[in-house]
Amino acid sequence: MSATPLALELEGVTKRFGALVANDRVDFDLRRGEVHALLGENGAGKSTLMNVLYGLHQPDEGEIRLRGERVTIHSPRQAIGLRIGMVHQHFMLIPVMTVAENVVLASEPRKGALLDVTAAERRVRELSERFGLAVDPRARVEDVGVGQQQRVEILRVLHRGADVLILDEPTAVLTAQETAELFKVLRSLTAEGVSVIFISHKLREVLEIADRVTVLRRGKKVGTVDTEGATEASLAKLMVGRDVLFRLDKEAGRAGDPLLAVEDLEVLDERELPAVRGLSLEVRGGEIVGLAGVDGNGQSELVEAIAGLREPVAGRIRVAGRDITGTGVRGALAAGLGHIAEDRHRRGLVLDFTLAENLALRGYKREARFGLLSPKRMKERARPLLEEYDVRGGRPDATASSLSGGNQQKCVIAREIAEEPKVLLAAQPTRGLDVGAIEFVHRRLLEQRAAGRAVLLVSLELEEIRALADRVLVIYDGRIVAELPPDASDEEIGVAMTGGRRAAAGAA
Amino acid sequence: MTNPALSGGGEGPGSTTVASRLSGYLRGGGLIIPLVTVLVAFFVAGLVIAATGADPFETYTAIFNGSGLNWFFPWISAEDRTLAALNLQQTLLLTTPLILVGLAVAFAFRAGLFNIGGQGQYTVGTVVAVWVGSSFSGMPGLLHIVLAVVLASLAGAFWAGIAGYLKATTGANEVITTIMLNYTAIWIGVYLFSLGGPLQNDAQRSIPVSNDIVESARLPVFWGDPELQGLHVGFFVAVAALLVFWVLLNRSVTGYEVRAVGFNPDAAEYGGISVARNYIKVMAVCGAFAGLAGALDILGWQFRLATNDIQTNEYGFLGIAVALLGRNTAIGTAASALLFAALLNGTSVRNLDPAVFDPQLATNLTTIIQGLVVLFVSAPVLVTLVWGLRRRLRIGRSKPAEAG
Repeated sequence: MSATPLALELEGVTKRFGALVANDRVDFDLRRGEVHALLGENGAGKSTLMNVLYGLHQPDEGEIRLRGERVTIHSPRQAIGLRIGMVHQHFMLIPVMTVAENVVLASEPRKGALLDVTAAERRVRELSERFGLAVDPRARVEDVGVGQQQRVEILRVLHRGADVLILDEPTAVLTAQETAELFKVLRSLTAEGVSVIFISHKLREVLEIADRVTVLRRGKKVGTVDTEGATEASLAKLMVGRDVLFRLDKEAGRAGDPLLAVEDLEVLDERELPAVRGLSLEVRGGEIVGLAGVDGNGQSELVEAIAGLREPVAGRIRVAGRDITGTGVRGALAAGLGHIAEDRHRRGLVLDFTLAENLALRGYKREARFGLLSPKRMKERARPLLEEYDVRGGRPDATASSLSGGNQQKCVIAREIAEEPKVLLAAQPTRGLDVGAIEFVHRRLLEQRAAGRAVLLVSLELEEIRALADRVLVIYDGRIVAELPPDASDEEIGVAMTGGRRAAAGAA
Repeated sequence: MTNPALSGGGEGPGSTTVASRLSGYLRGGGLIIPLVTVLVAFFVAGLVIAATGADPFETYTAIFNGSGLNWFFPWISAEDRTLAALNLQQTLLLTTPLILVGLAVAFAFRAGLFNIGGQGQYTVGTVVAVWVGSSFSGMPGLLHIVLAVVLASLAGAFWAGIAGYLKATTGANEVITTIMLNYTAIWIGVYLFSLGGPLQNDAQRSIPVSNDIVESARLPVFWGDPELQGLHVGFFVAVAALLVFWVLLNRSVTGYEVRAVGFNPDAAEYGGISVARNYIKVMAVCGAFAGLAGALDILGWQFRLATNDIQTNEYGFLGIAVALLGRNTAIGTAASALLFAALLNGTSVRNLDPAVFDPQLATNLTTIIQGLVVLFVSAPVLVTLVWGLRRRLRIGRSKPAEAG
């Protein structure tokens, strides 16, 4: 097939957990110096496969061949010895130590019994020059950004001589800028002969960085394709097993009365510093307004203020004409506000509660009779909702924590929509979801729009805003700095997101 | 912005305090772990007994018989049964307050709070009950009893409510405040009944004790001789409290809110639940349970309160062990309250044959077993902490096998 020698081969790997077959006779090969993406929905078996490779799980069947030789890997320690390195989604760094100390940790250059700091720093410089990973070896890890921390992790793996690098959803924590830098690093790594396995469910990134893609679905390999010639749609189809609509059919909007009105709102953040500074916006019934912006420009505080979770210091919030300023969550709920919280684990769900209990979180008071709640009635109420929203594994008495992220989000959405809100606040409603679940969420939001409800969509994904919104508002530094049509160019929106527009307008 | 590397491997969601994390592990339910815990505790205590030269089996048998639990065996002789009945009455007499103080701790746990203040709340309950019971002498009996019980419970609720209020308004840690409130309650009690104190006995001016409660305010005895400290009807009140606890927690709006706050305060807030108000409410309910325990002890068999009693009583603290072992459930609390009451009574000087095991030592045996139970029940938290640490360091620790 190809002259490039194989760095790694997995053949017929099967891993069972009880009755669950996490990996079913999966074949996978990695050429020397390539980026090979591993793509699949949440729970498709990507992580299991990599854990098998990294020695965290033992395969029930199948074999692993490394550089042509058959190996069995019993532990991560052994994997590292075999020059396989893995960078986990959650970094395993010691915050108070310096970059150099973290890199050499556990295989330190020594001077007698002491750590040879100069040698360590020299080593880090060597590595970072060779692979184009700029870091300051003396900086403390807690002082550097997430992107830098990831580099430290990669350096650590390289320091131990890895030439097979596994990256588990490396871009999940990165900004667009950091992602671009990571990709540059990966290219220089592969140029040096390092082979990279890139786990992701973001199609665009996969197409950008990978040479080949292997798609897993429900534990089985669906296929391996070259990224050349592949499209987002073709990959999504492989991943989900059916056509996924990226361009949603959107009827022309029939904007009605303003249902959400925010006037001159000022909100403080956790540290009591102004986060929202005199912001006004309006959302009409039957329209989706997209709020675009770089993370940390006051979106979270704005959403919390509207939802009644954070009291504004000035300004007014009206829902369907009713002033709900300062009335808290109950006031917002009563006025008809639904809220898909940006963090479903922290806010949206009580993970230890059953699904029936979670679905009652916003309306439990109504369900009560003489101060008592009937679990039976809660379940009866939950069952049709779980069915309608296609929550898989969704028995009413299953705990929320037992569901995958996508199904958890479906529960949140089911609950918020079942309350029949007049205004729906959707804060990053698709964060961390795979394409199938994203499509589901988007459809539901459009349904709300068609039903004449006002939807405020807050998202960091520009694509999502473009696909759904009728109008795009750009938030920067706690203010709305631009209103644009959804088909405005990336550049136009991007400039506004970084505060450029105001500066430009000021200069003109 | 959250930094994944710095936020550490927080296992559960909303695991903000040690107490809530601990309660998370304890909610798991199941019988196995508490049973194993008890068995291991008894085994280790058995080693201690053996080390003193006594026979552990003989000692445990003696303690068992001393607790009166042999009353349930159909084969014992009539004579033994009479004695066993007396012993069992005493065991159940102790079970009554232990159930209630256990519930006082368990309820807080379910809301993610650690109520160390059962002792203080119990003390406040006894003080109020003895004051009400010894005053208003002309009152009809039933009304008098109800008044004393209600006021004592309210006093306990108020006392614990202080800690809840401080937590809600200033964020003061309830562990610290409840401990301080324990001291405050105990020393106020001691002051009230000490020589020259405002509530000291009117007749016996040289004894630091309260007045006796009036005859009509005593709880009726339904099993055994009222003169020999028989079992009073307060036992049924404690059993009813178990039911109230269960319904309140699992079937009521309040319980739904309490559990939501206990599992995830942020999500509770999102559901429109006032977390601050819940802290106050929860602590007040806990205090009411503990205060009720105090009232039943006073009206049921103590009838008076000496400064010495206030200082040596430790039911409130035992309540922590009861709740931990009972996994903060109603049934579990009932079972472990019975276990601890049986141990206390079975090892008491009165009930244990000195030829088998020195009762002086035996009383400490209860403390040893109690300590072991708390240690083992808390151990999963330690284990998980250590395990989490290990896992975080594992990658760091592994060296290249042959790269060096």
